[in-house]
Amino acid sequence: MNLESLYRQEWRRVLATTLRLTGDFDLSEEAVQDAFVAALEQWPRDGMPASPYAWLVSTARNRVVDQIRRRARLVQKQTVIERLAEPQESAIDLSEAAMVDDQLRLIFTCCHPALAVDAQVALTLRTVCGLATEEIARCFLTPVATMAQRLVRVKRKIRDARLPFAMPPRERLAERLDGVMLVVYLVFTEGYAATSGKVWIRRQLCEEAIRLGRLLCELIPRNPELRALLALMLLHDSRRLARAGPDGEIVTLEEQDRALWDRQEIAEGVPLLETALREGASGEYALQAAIAALHARAQRAEDTDWAQIVSLYDALLRKRPSPVVELNRAAAVAMAKGPSSGLALIAALESKGELAGYHLLPAAKADLLRRQGRWREAADAYRQALALATSDPEQRFLARRLEEVEALN
Amino acid sequence: MEYLLLIYDNEADFVNLNAAEQAAMYQEFGNFTQSIQKSGNFRAGKQLQPVATATTVRMRDGKRVVTDGPFAETREQLGGFYWIEAKDLDEALAIAERIPSARVGSIEVRPLVPPLQG
Repeated sequence: MNLESLYRQEWRRVLATTLRLTGDFDLSEEAVQDAFVAALEQWPRDGMPASPYAWLVSTARNRVVDQIRRRARLVQKQTVIERLAEPQESAIDLSEAAMVDDQLRLIFTCCHPALAVDAQVALTLRTVCGLATEEIARCFLTPVATMAQRLVRVKRKIRDARLPFAMPPRERLAERLDGVMLVVYLVFTEGYAATSGKVWIRRQLCEEAIRLGRLLCELIPRNPELRALLALMLLHDSRRLARAGPDGEIVTLEEQDRALWDRQEIAEGVPLLETALREGASGEYALQAAIAALHARAQRAEDTDWAQIVSLYDALLRKRPSPVVELNRAAAVAMAKGPSSGLALIAALESKGELAGYHLLPAAKADLLRRQGRWREAADAYRQALALATSDPEQRFLARRLEEVEALN
Repeated sequence: MEYLLLIYDNEADFVNLNAAEQAAMYQEFGNFTQSIQKSGNFRAGKQLQPVATATTVRMRDGKRVVTDGPFAETREQLGGFYWIEAKDLDEALAIAERIPSARVGSIEVRPLVPPLQG
């Protein structure tokens, strides 16, 4: 096995267990890094140990003990040294069950609600996924120094406010799991929303999010909402090759070449969602995944079951009222019942003013006017949308549409 | 590990309560204090007089400057505190959420710097 794939596979598990044994985030992270370096030196020479995981854990743990001893010469920390130094190799629980608990503790600590959400995301990518600070910075288009600062600050808070490295108590588990799922979903959407030049970099975020989703489904088996989240990510991800043209321009769902959709991800996502729904998943991820599944199931755009999609949007709105979801629903209603019913809903939304300044409102309106052949009005709405859009691919998409309707005018 | 739980709420809300409601509020705080005394988490806890009674002191170039206030235009004011001992932040948060004011105001949970070892 090469060391890079070993690193990918073992980093999280080794760090999680080392953290259990030492309780110190910074020291553990450094020590695990050192243990991998030691492995790189020793294994090619001495051969691979029977259990790389156990070898790495005990090497990392010894490094932490050394570190603490060194510090202890300056400051008395006898109790910590005793706690660490005492258990013999055999006494350390490296069983499968302990390993699962370690990883869950790590994830729940990284996604603790006492930490800012962007810090939760960065810390999860750093410690759970093992991404380097530079990689995370690149993914979020942030300067490396800023990301490094963010990570230092969050680890300092974990230490100084004493965030427990522990599973949440049973009565808080559902609420805390919601927080974990939000972090995973944010990692995914951050990667998925990228449609411009650096797509290939941010693509890594989608992969990490799906990997995290799989890991959580493994660690917390038979959880319907987790399965629904994984299904949602798989089903959206399945369209990745079709949703952007060669120059990164937006290709709408309707115009996508469905042959480019990733059949393997769909074949995994749809049954996963069906199981989740059967087992009672009813949250926002499940409803969104159900919408994505209806699209995935349609052979051609015109085969889409829009009536059912509208009722799923209704359910989403009952869960959490949101003008953006209302706008999506209006677009679905237009597909189900014709553009004029959609336009009426959009007009109502417009008069409420909640979406003022949001480019997708005039863009949706323009699209429906275009479908009705009202070229002049459509052009006006596209111009409005164009003035509000900020991302380059969206601007190019709207400009192309504007040109089309202007030519027909 | 020690934490300070800083209780922020709207002073006006409390003043506007009638006598019976105020008594009920004090009763609730009393029960809460007793319960964290019994559990061994309590170190100290006090209610503050309203911000209208506050005075600020600064030493500048060896001279003392005393001013009335501060009266920052905030919706919530520091109205009291608990000083507690908890094993970690989760325990501190679980205590903070039980403070009656958490339902209307907010509780800021601040870890205290531990005494220097050695």
